[in-house]
Amino acid sequence: MIEAFHISKFFEEKQILKDVSVKFEQGKNNLIIGQSGAGKTVLLKCLIGLHEPDAGHIDFDGRNFSSLQAKERKEIRKEMGMLFQGGALFDYYTVEENVKFPLNMFTGLSEEEKIHRVNEVLKRVNLQNANKKYPGELSGGMVKRVAIARAISNNPKYLFCDEPNSGLDPQTANLIDELIAEITEEYNMVTIVNSHDMNSVLKMGDHISFIHDGQLWWQGDKESILSSDNIELNAFVFATELTKRIKKYGNT
Amino acid sequence: MNLLKPIGVYLLLMRQVLSRPDRWRIFFKRLSTELYAIGVDSFGIVAIISLFTGAVVAIQVAYNIDNPLLPKTLIGFSTRQMIVLEFAPTMISLILAGKVGSSIASEIGTMRITEQIDALDIMGINSANFLIFPKLVAAVLINPVLIIFGMYIGIVGGYFVSTFTNLLTPSEFIGGVQLDFESFTVFYALIKTVVFAIIIITIAGFQGYIVKGGSIQVGKASTKTVVYSSVLIILFNLLLTQIFLT
Repeated sequence: MIEAFHISKFFEEKQILKDVSVKFEQGKNNLIIGQSGAGKTVLLKCLIGLHEPDAGHIDFDGRNFSSLQAKERKEIRKEMGMLFQGGALFDYYTVEENVKFPLNMFTGLSEEEKIHRVNEVLKRVNLQNANKKYPGELSGGMVKRVAIARAISNNPKYLFCDEPNSGLDPQTANLIDELIAEITEEYNMVTIVNSHDMNSVLKMGDHISFIHDGQLWWQGDKESILSSDNIELNAFVFATELTKRIKKYGNT
Repeated sequence: MNLLKPIGVYLLLMRQVLSRPDRWRIFFKRLSTELYAIGVDSFGIVAIISLFTGAVVAIQVAYNIDNPLLPKTLIGFSTRQMIVLEFAPTMISLILAGKVGSSIASEIGTMRITEQIDALDIMGINSANFLIFPKLVAAVLINPVLIIFGMYIGIVGGYFVSTFTNLLTPSEFIGGVQLDFESFTVFYALIKTVVFAIIIITIAGFQGYIVKGGSIQVGKASTKTVVYSSVLIILFNLLLTQIFLT
């Protein structure tokens, strides 16, 4: 479980996060949603330690990450996997080398064992026969799948996804959502997904945290989000033509 | 205050760069790649520039020595001194600041804006050390080799142009090159080369590492690398010359 306690974050004079406390449970797809500029990316970066909170602390299974030194944090970092918005694959490595990278850095596995694991995770993300390709030769969906494979190659306990299906067509986005949900269950991870895609929210949202104006505005799940009477949440959820029609259809 | 902040950030980054690599095996693998990218890939341009500059230096010296009382061996002697003391270490380093420095700043800057550096950080890898340290070690090892090579080719250029244009005989040129040779001048040139290599790589790494924004900022980082490292090379050239030759 990952718990954030009273997180505040300033950039110069501007307060981006205001006393956010939230819990992310194991084996669940925890979604952080909100408008652009609401503070959800800053919250995610605080959780993964790319930003230091100005107040509050973050616990990983009871371990206070915020108070740890770099060396001690490293142990927790080895248990993290991250899927970036653009994939963040290393350009000069092939697919195989990208996926093998965490294994090279953190395990004492033999070359044979590493290749076996690489092939296993690539098969899991339905990406066989792409081992020798470079990121520049892959489509957007393939890049995301390789990034997922890299993120899970070292059996992480915590998976972070920053807008995993941005820039993808609806069908591929759907596949990526399904893959993340399946992997979360299989690996029993704490998965935190930063998204503003309502399709992902309704498909995967076991636990949803709505961030508005730097504050935790609403919490719930994919069942309760459509029936909430929270004005700001409704403005966000029913902003698209599709969700407006769903609401209309549901009301008539 | 505005000047001190980047210096502080640079020094903090260098502390990260000069720490122990996470995995030595990975470090040596990256080192071999960088030795090739920084060194082997630069031999061509160093050879071409050295050959022609050596030739030009020899012609210019010959043009300025028209006194019949001065021995012609002076052309070989002056060519050697100019190539060894100044051209090879300083001019080639300035060229490498353009070729290697801008390439490193672009590479690391692009990794920054495409979140590849964040990916390394999240994995708990010291990204500054992982990316910059192998390049730094590679440049410190390979640049002296490049400069020695540049010295040799420069003198060969002077030899060819002098003998083919009948400025002097081959034996006069070789005699001049061998005249009053002090091995300390080569040592001084190599010291300068190592210092310039450190300047090129650390400035390029720093400029790339702190990029924020998009492709325009990457381009600016690349330009800043060439400008700042060239200015620092010139300044340190004066400083080291003052220390070693006076």
